[in-house]
Amino acid sequence: MISLRAHKISPHLALLPMALTALVAYIGGALWTLRTSFTASRTFPSDDFIGAAQYVRLFDNERWLISLHNLAVYGVLFIVACMVLGFLLAAFIDQNVNGEGFLRTVFLYPYAMSFVATGLVWQWLLAPGAGIEGAVRRLGFENFRFDWIIDQEMVIYTIVIAAVWQASGLVMAMMLAGLRGVDPEIYKAARLDGIPAWRVYLQIVLPMLGATSATVFLLLCTAVVKLYDAVVAMTGGGPGTASEVPAKFIMDHLFLRSNIGLASAGAVTLLIPVLALLAPYAYARSRKKRA
Amino acid sequence: MFTPRTLATACAWLGLAVMPAAPALAGSAPASPKAEVIHWWTSGGESAAVKQVAQAYRDAGGIWIDTAIAGGDQSRAVTINRIIGGDPPTAAQFNTSKQFLDVIEAGMLNNVDELARAQNWDQMLPTPIIDVIKVDGHYYAVPLNIHMQTWFWYSKAAFRKAGITQEPSSMSEFFAALDKLKAAGIIPLAHGGQSWQETVLFSAILANMGGKELYLRAMRDRDQATLLSPAFRQVLLAFKRLKSYVDAGAPGRNWNDATALVIAGRAGFQVMGDWAKGEFTNAGQVAGQHYGCMAGFGASTPYLIQGDVFVFPRTDDAQAVRAQQLLANVVSQPGLQVDFSRLKGSIPIRLDADATELDLCAQKGIEIMKDRTRQAGVTEVYLRPDQNGAMQDVLTAYWNTNMPVERAQKSIANALKY
Repeated sequence: MISLRAHKISPHLALLPMALTALVAYIGGALWTLRTSFTASRTFPSDDFIGAAQYVRLFDNERWLISLHNLAVYGVLFIVACMVLGFLLAAFIDQNVNGEGFLRTVFLYPYAMSFVATGLVWQWLLAPGAGIEGAVRRLGFENFRFDWIIDQEMVIYTIVIAAVWQASGLVMAMMLAGLRGVDPEIYKAARLDGIPAWRVYLQIVLPMLGATSATVFLLLCTAVVKLYDAVVAMTGGGPGTASEVPAKFIMDHLFLRSNIGLASAGAVTLLIPVLALLAPYAYARSRKKRA
Repeated sequence: MFTPRTLATACAWLGLAVMPAAPALAGSAPASPKAEVIHWWTSGGESAAVKQVAQAYRDAGGIWIDTAIAGGDQSRAVTINRIIGGDPPTAAQFNTSKQFLDVIEAGMLNNVDELARAQNWDQMLPTPIIDVIKVDGHYYAVPLNIHMQTWFWYSKAAFRKAGITQEPSSMSEFFAALDKLKAAGIIPLAHGGQSWQETVLFSAILANMGGKELYLRAMRDRDQATLLSPAFRQVLLAFKRLKSYVDAGAPGRNWNDATALVIAGRAGFQVMGDWAKGEFTNAGQVAGQHYGCMAGFGASTPYLIQGDVFVFPRTDDAQAVRAQQLLANVVSQPGLQVDFSRLKGSIPIRLDADATELDLCAQKGIEIMKDRTRQAGVTEVYLRPDQNGAMQDVLTAYWNTNMPVERAQKSIANALKY
């Protein structure tokens, strides 16, 4: 009897620390941030409530608006490029190529490295005069220009390139795992019917990877909101404020500009799209459960 | 492995090792005051300067524990985190600005009123400095030096090549000189394209074009009408006009790399604080001979000052308080201030200090400082870090993009509204 009860309780006991951490650190932290965003906190948190004034100030701020715009551009391009590239890589590796293990490592490797380090490498690669531009010029193309990283309009795309380079390997690994779960009989049947390979992947296999794609999509979404280290390492938000992102705005105001209140308002604003993404997902899950 | 016996032996050994030290500590007279000081003086000239302070403190019988953290932002963040965390340093460096106002208001600093009274700071110190270190009648920081942020440095070789015979004495003469430099194939204005440097450049133009009155109404009073006035717009336009005199490699460039262009004669002017002098000196150049320095175009241009201070986090530990008092006393001595400034490139806070050892530009600065009407603070003296930062964001965006001047003006007014 006793052993049976212990058996029932132990999984809950094991989950307790994780649950407590999530409740106290994450939910608690989020609530604290929400509260702080309605106060006049500067260097230190204060209890001086000023309503939505920090939000008004936030959306009066040129740099915050640029940050949001950059995040939107980056988010769409990064997610689309990662998913397309990751899926293509996975589909090609799935063709039983030679040296699969080696290729997998090569593609996944960037994800294992800190972006603070690789960001500097990308900065050199993209620096006008040196890096890619310099190399192509030395090949004899004197007029070749690739100076996106100092170009107001283009700089955000350089960050997309570097970030896609880093994250598409992870997408590949997950998609590959999904592909390996597909019944080989399906390929055989499709071949017998004379369907070209690209249509098999696009119309049969891809829809079967729905769950994997959803997971990848969610992972990439959180990566978008967190975007910080790539920008700091590659451009520092410049030139001017052309490559600023919300997370950097928040960090700067938390630690360097002594305005916890404004930073909290930014953090809460950033939480809203995440919740907006998660809410339909959670709703769909609950509907499925009931049905 | 860890039987009670081995444990006991280990404890005995530990006890033996500690024992001889204990009576020695208890037996000695009051230990020397030990000061851990956080600062960000890490570059060549800076660390040479801070060594003077450390030596002076040791000579006065103290023990100096050096905690140097590269980068002012980082250093200040560490200081504030340690104060909040209950493990404050004995003293910490800040700029003479509103950076530590919140810390004062939270009651986390010890005051230095005794020293201030003894040395009569109310009379002795420049007003912009008193403005930030004296809060509610108490002094909370010991100023170490004065930096003037908006010197115009120029290369004499570049001037000769471009046929410029004298220093410009107005904004239009300045533009004329820049044109001549451009025509001679020299970069007219060496600029480091980082947002704080753009703010320095803008402050210089605001002070020179607008005079002290407009400058103070805009930066100290944050007067919306002034910020939205045509006069302020003219300043923004002139600032932006300078962009056409800057080379394409400027974005992201460090200030000292820009100074190197002036040193090499490849660029004509640079607008930068007096810390740039260290670079000229290191390159073996002499003020007045190889390069020139002007504090502004006219004899009434505001002299925009800032500097470094030490603050003393609150503690009730008598030993620590003794260490703080000793340090405050040491750094406010005129002799040390001259030694420090000579290496740092600044000028002493005390005008009674002996300036003969300092170079031509520093002597010019000390002479100007005697005229109290010319003294004003840099933007950080009047603006809180977040206000100053928000203005800096707008200025750098305006400088680097095609943002219309009306929008820049409105954004600056917005940034300073809060």
